[in-house]
Amino acid sequence: MTIALGFLAIILATLLGWLLKQTFNAAPWEMETVSDTAHYGPFGDDKSKLIALLTFLAVVSSFFALILSAYSLRMELGDWVPMTEPQLLWTNTVMLIVASGVFQWTRNAAVVGQQGRLQPGLLITGVLTLGFVLGQFVAWQQLQNSGQLITSNPSNAFFYFLTGAHAVHILGGLYVWARATLKVVLGTGDAAKIRRSIELCTIYWHFLLLVWLVLFGLLLST
Amino acid sequence: MSYVAFADRDHEQEHHDPDTFITKYIYSQDHKVIAIQYGLTAIFVGLIALGLSAMMRLQLGFPDEFSFINPENYYQFITMHGMIMVIYLLTALFLGGFGNYLIPLMCGSRDMVFPFMNMLSYWFYLVSVIILLISFFVPGGSTGAGWTLYPPQAISQGTPGIDLGIILMLVSLAVFIVAFTMGGLNYVTTVLQARCKGMTLMRMPLSVWGIFIATILGLLAFPALLVSAIMMLFDKTLMTSFFMPAISSMGTDPGYSGGSPILFQHLFWFFGHPEVYIVALPAFGIVSDLLSTHARKNIFGYRMMVWAIIAIGGLSFIVWAHHMYVSGMNPYFGFFFATTTLIIAVPTAIKVYNWVLTLWEGNIHLRVPMLFSIGFIFTFIHGGLTGLFLGNVTIDLPLSDTYFVVAHFHMVMGVSPVLVVFGAIYHWWPKITGRMYNETLGKWHFWMTFLGTYAIYLPMHYLGFAGVPRRYFAMGNTDFLPDSAQDLNAAITVSALFVAATQLLFFVNMIWSLVKGPKSDPNPWDATTLEWQTPDHPPKHGNWGHHLPEVHRWAYDYSVPGYEDDFIPQNVSADDAPAGRDHGGEH
Repeated sequence: MTIALGFLAIILATLLGWLLKQTFNAAPWEMETVSDTAHYGPFGDDKSKLIALLTFLAVVSSFFALILSAYSLRMELGDWVPMTEPQLLWTNTVMLIVASGVFQWTRNAAVVGQQGRLQPGLLITGVLTLGFVLGQFVAWQQLQNSGQLITSNPSNAFFYFLTGAHAVHILGGLYVWARATLKVVLGTGDAAKIRRSIELCTIYWHFLLLVWLVLFGLLLST
Repeated sequence: MSYVAFADRDHEQEHHDPDTFITKYIYSQDHKVIAIQYGLTAIFVGLIALGLSAMMRLQLGFPDEFSFINPENYYQFITMHGMIMVIYLLTALFLGGFGNYLIPLMCGSRDMVFPFMNMLSYWFYLVSVIILLISFFVPGGSTGAGWTLYPPQAISQGTPGIDLGIILMLVSLAVFIVAFTMGGLNYVTTVLQARCKGMTLMRMPLSVWGIFIATILGLLAFPALLVSAIMMLFDKTLMTSFFMPAISSMGTDPGYSGGSPILFQHLFWFFGHPEVYIVALPAFGIVSDLLSTHARKNIFGYRMMVWAIIAIGGLSFIVWAHHMYVSGMNPYFGFFFATTTLIIAVPTAIKVYNWVLTLWEGNIHLRVPMLFSIGFIFTFIHGGLTGLFLGNVTIDLPLSDTYFVVAHFHMVMGVSPVLVVFGAIYHWWPKITGRMYNETLGKWHFWMTFLGTYAIYLPMHYLGFAGVPRRYFAMGNTDFLPDSAQDLNAAITVSALFVAATQLLFFVNMIWSLVKGPKSDPNPWDATTLEWQTPDHPPKHGNWGHHLPEVHRWAYDYSVPGYEDDFIPQNVSADDAPAGRDHGGEH
């Protein structure tokens, strides 16, 4: 459980530092002493969505950290046979990296208001990301055909579980991507909202790329 | 940072005002309605779990008298009772119910930040409850694996409900976790983002603090349950061997090899222990506010209380293996986890001292919510102290499989939070419904419940010391037990049935109040927190009319010297307080 605990330590330390900053020296029972740093009221929706997304990423990180903890504990038992990952995963990884890069490029365009770059940017990102998911599926097929079933060995079971869980999160992201892309293609929707949506999606894409790189690294090294 | 002008926000608000019955009460995005939906569903499913416990007690108190209870049913009752009470009742009620109702009102917000997602959260929760209830009626019945669902027996021949029962249980948990995550993201974001002007973090009432930190615990801990549920589903349906060792089951080889049941226990308790505090922290927060309000005194050591909540939350992640002393893990782990477990008693004890010191020389009004709050202090100290026993490895080993453990966790995480739930319902009932209940009936309800639960759980400690094993359908070959153990068991059953029956008083009182109860004052307890200062009573959609409130003080200005009233609401500025500014700042 070291991985899960390490992850938690990071999250909790961040939270603790922030809370300390907020609460240290506050003497709420004394009137008006807080007025200098007082809270000005509700924040806008943009900031809220960002906070919600970051909180969600913490939840997803916790989910994957726990699977990795289980992975490392299960690996120590006698029946574990390391598996050979399909070469296709390298191609998939490159696709996801490029998708993330293009999304960043699209985001930058949206921030400076270059509307013309949005449509091609979003479409390329989508195609590459879908390509990644399909590629993962093909990798599964290759494994099945070579007799590496989910029941063959715990290392196989974890491979299917990890890649599957990651793909499900990508599909969730693609749903939000599809909504934003549809608005851009049809020319409907508020430009500021679309920009916001693209910005948040980009963060999510980078995050899932990071998760994939960690998973892939672990799968390769064990 | 972008702040939204209040006027714009008010304008936006008008767009989703509900107008039909369906949008107002069923398909509602209003946090208050969602809170009530969560609350009613949780209480409904909790009553089923109460019924199940009555069936178990009938068997234990009067073995073999009731032909409709056989060993298989008994294990199904145990499992479903535990799971429902911990997750579908307490977690859902404290966070989905009270969290939803109180966070926006106490923080001075119009609603949760994402109302649509909030509504989805409830509907997912309802689906998870329905899936859970369906499992009673599938072939083979619900799972009888015990609420911890330990493999290998959870999915091995001989355990009730190993076909559809366990699958539905795991799926229901997964759906519940999705529901919780949607709700939890809302609670965290609302607390961080939607507080009204002047509501700094350190001016928030402790109820909000408790719910806020509990939500963070839930968001980080529930994934552990999700991971273990998915992996067990794979073991069950796809024949993987994550948890399942190579075993021979009833003479046949089910086909598993080399999995680790201990791995499941680690994952389960990595969720399971924070879960105790997911239930306890909101209770701590709520009870602090109730005690302060009804003792007309500021909470003792507010800052310490906040930091105790945070410390307990953090520590709760590194004590999980104290549930596993008997699992055969490395003894050095036991030493480590015993130490952390005893350390967590420190912030918890600080909270208890502060509650008692809040009462000290207070102007105590023994109204119904106050009775339940003081009752909670008793049961919580009681259950907490036995926790110190069980936190030590050497004491836990002999007691682990006895009724002592049943007594301990029912005192600390059954009775205590439920007393707070009742206290909180009695406290906020006038705000939720706009009506008062019968005070005398409420007091009867308290005393019968409080004394009745002691009659149930105090003797269980003795049974535990005597060595009465828990989880058993019947005592069987336990000659070392005196006959009087069975007499005590029968007495416990009678008490349990009595307590279950007295809950009728609560429902009668509340239904009477809804139909015929006198209209309540907008602020019947003279409380300071924002939810009692709403322009409408009960609050309408949007909570605050045209203008959001502004907060000028903390939530605990009770009996401030030099002021006319013995309370100053949070939204009253120093200039507007009845005795003027000169007297302020001296307390």
